[in-house]
Amino acid sequence: MMQEQPVLSIRQLSKQYGDGCTHCQHEDMKLEKNFCPVCKTVYACRSVSFDLYRGEILGIVGESGSGKSTLMKSLYFDETVTSGEGYLVDYENGHNNIFTESSQMKRHIRNTILGMVYQNPMLGLKMDFSSMSNIAEKQIAAGNRHVRQMEERSLSLLQHVKIPVHRSKEAPKNFSGGMQQRVQIAKAMSNNPPILLLDEVTTGLDLSVQADVLDLIKSIQRELNISMIVVSHDLAVIRMLADRTIVMLNGEIIEHGLTDQVLEDPQHEYTQQLVYSLL
Amino acid sequence: MSAVPFALLDEQSKREIRRAILKGIAIPGYQVPFASRELPIARGWGTGGLQVTLALIGKNDVLKVIDQGSDDSVNAVNIKKLVTKTTGVQTTTRTQDATLVQSRHRIPEVPLRADQVLVLQVPEPEPLRDIERSEFKTKRYHAEKEYSGAYLMLFEQIMRYNQTSQGADYPVLVNGRYVMNPSPIPRFDNPKIHQSDALILFGAGREKKIYAVPPYTNVESLAFEDYPFVVEQFEGKVCRETGLSDVFLDELTDEVTGETYYVCNDTSYMQEILQQKVAAK
Ligand SMILES: Nc1ncnc2c1ncn2[C@@H]1O[C@H](COP(=O)(O)OP(=O)(O)OP(=O)(O)O)[C@@H](O)[C@H]1O
Ligand SMILES: [Mg+2]
Ligand SMILES: [Zn+2]
Repeated sequence: MMQEQPVLSIRQLSKQYGDGCTHCQHEDMKLEKNFCPVCKTVYACRSVSFDLYRGEILGIVGESGSGKSTLMKSLYFDETVTSGEGYLVDYENGHNNIFTESSQMKRHIRNTILGMVYQNPMLGLKMDFSSMSNIAEKQIAAGNRHVRQMEERSLSLLQHVKIPVHRSKEAPKNFSGGMQQRVQIAKAMSNNPPILLLDEVTTGLDLSVQADVLDLIKSIQRELNISMIVVSHDLAVIRMLADRTIVMLNGEIIEHGLTDQVLEDPQHEYTQQLVYSLL
Repeated sequence: MSAVPFALLDEQSKREIRRAILKGIAIPGYQVPFASRELPIARGWGTGGLQVTLALIGKNDVLKVIDQGSDDSVNAVNIKKLVTKTTGVQTTTRTQDATLVQSRHRIPEVPLRADQVLVLQVPEPEPLRDIERSEFKTKRYHAEKEYSGAYLMLFEQIMRYNQTSQGADYPVLVNGRYVMNPSPIPRFDNPKIHQSDALILFGAGREKKIYAVPPYTNVESLAFEDYPFVVEQFEGKVCRETGLSDVFLDELTDEVTGETYYVCNDTSYMQEILQQKVAAK
């Protein structure tokens, strides 16, 4: 059987804040967690590699500061990676490293192949603009110049994420946290991207609202066969959504596998602590 | 105490401003930074336009200054005084007689010629400013011709008011490359920038930017496929004084009767039409 080609392949992705020094650039560098005590450089992501397949949900868990958001922002080009390679099957057939493309090309990739839902809705939405405009923004960025078309698309997406039509022209700043995340999801989906990136979408929401948003994500994945990367430090969320799971610690992947395996039979000491402390 | 130099600014400053102007002409619609000088007029009162005027003006120039269509407003008069005091040049209110026109918020009704220069005062040169506060980022957007923010502003207006509500300073695409604020002229004046015979210069004193639209440049107001750009419509309205209808009109209220009426916004043009009517009688 031929191995299916991943929709996204990440190889050796590293992101550091700071220039490093002789102390921390040494082979067996002595960091305090992800941080060099001498020059204060933060190694937020260290040599991260993984594949994402068509239609699957890949979970990423890890404690606060382990580099999950940095990884997501790097994939969405909000942050420039320090080094590493990334390949998208929907971009140049996976032949070009997306991280070394021009900023115009990166913008094109971001607007047509990727959708992002941020941990903090302030980062993903223009709080003073109508929800319709927020969703249209990505379509405009992708080159659409037809108001009615974009309006129809935005309305149907808002319906899909269960925002009442009569509130579609309201600004997200008037919305509850759960609604804001729904608008973000609608915006992320506006150009029908094959890949969605979701960073802690349910953190800070009431439990019942969380369940609704998770159901929505699950249904989108089922109906549209979109690939997703879902970041959470809540194992219950990962258990419910993710087919495969990656565990991060101090910027590194320390364990990965099928979600059930990782959660039932964790190999790494840290994952064991993480899983058993929650039982 | 040294004597005040011709046109107030020292030669060094004028040269620098002229260099910025030349660069602006070479890259139509591109905002060229310049070291805005202190002038005996507060920033925000046309100091950008004034510096462009002072850098360009020569002894044989004839200057016209207008403020929202009027030659007699305090602001226009002050600018005229400052320039004539330091240069001795003649001023005029007739657009046809001017070689240099400095204006705030209007382009004259009388079409400008190739031997004339129009200088527009600019409060905010950055068309993406309402979308992005960071100058670093807006500069990048221009460099990458990334103008979705400008369209998003218009889209939001359509969502809210069912039409683009932006009356003045409606953004334009210059020479197919740079999106530019045309200064707070009414949309009515935007088409006059397109393929203009005259050179049009823009000066922003507070924001320290100069930009230009050279003669015969394509200038297109931004629009959507299904929401084309439209100028202000004065359907069925005419100037009470002249009967003109193809000009930009001001809406006024008669203080005695409380009735609304309309007059030409460009007062010198209105005067000229009125004089022609008197002469014809
Ligand atoms: N702009 C920045 N400058 C310096 N350090 C940063 C910056 N952004 C993030 N970091 C650091 O990078 C590391 C990873 O942060 P990141 O936000 O990716 O963690 P996370 O796994 O998303 O955490 P959380 O669960 O709290 O959201 C942290 O040590 C953080 O302090
Ligand atoms: Mg995070
Ligand atoms: Zn170091």
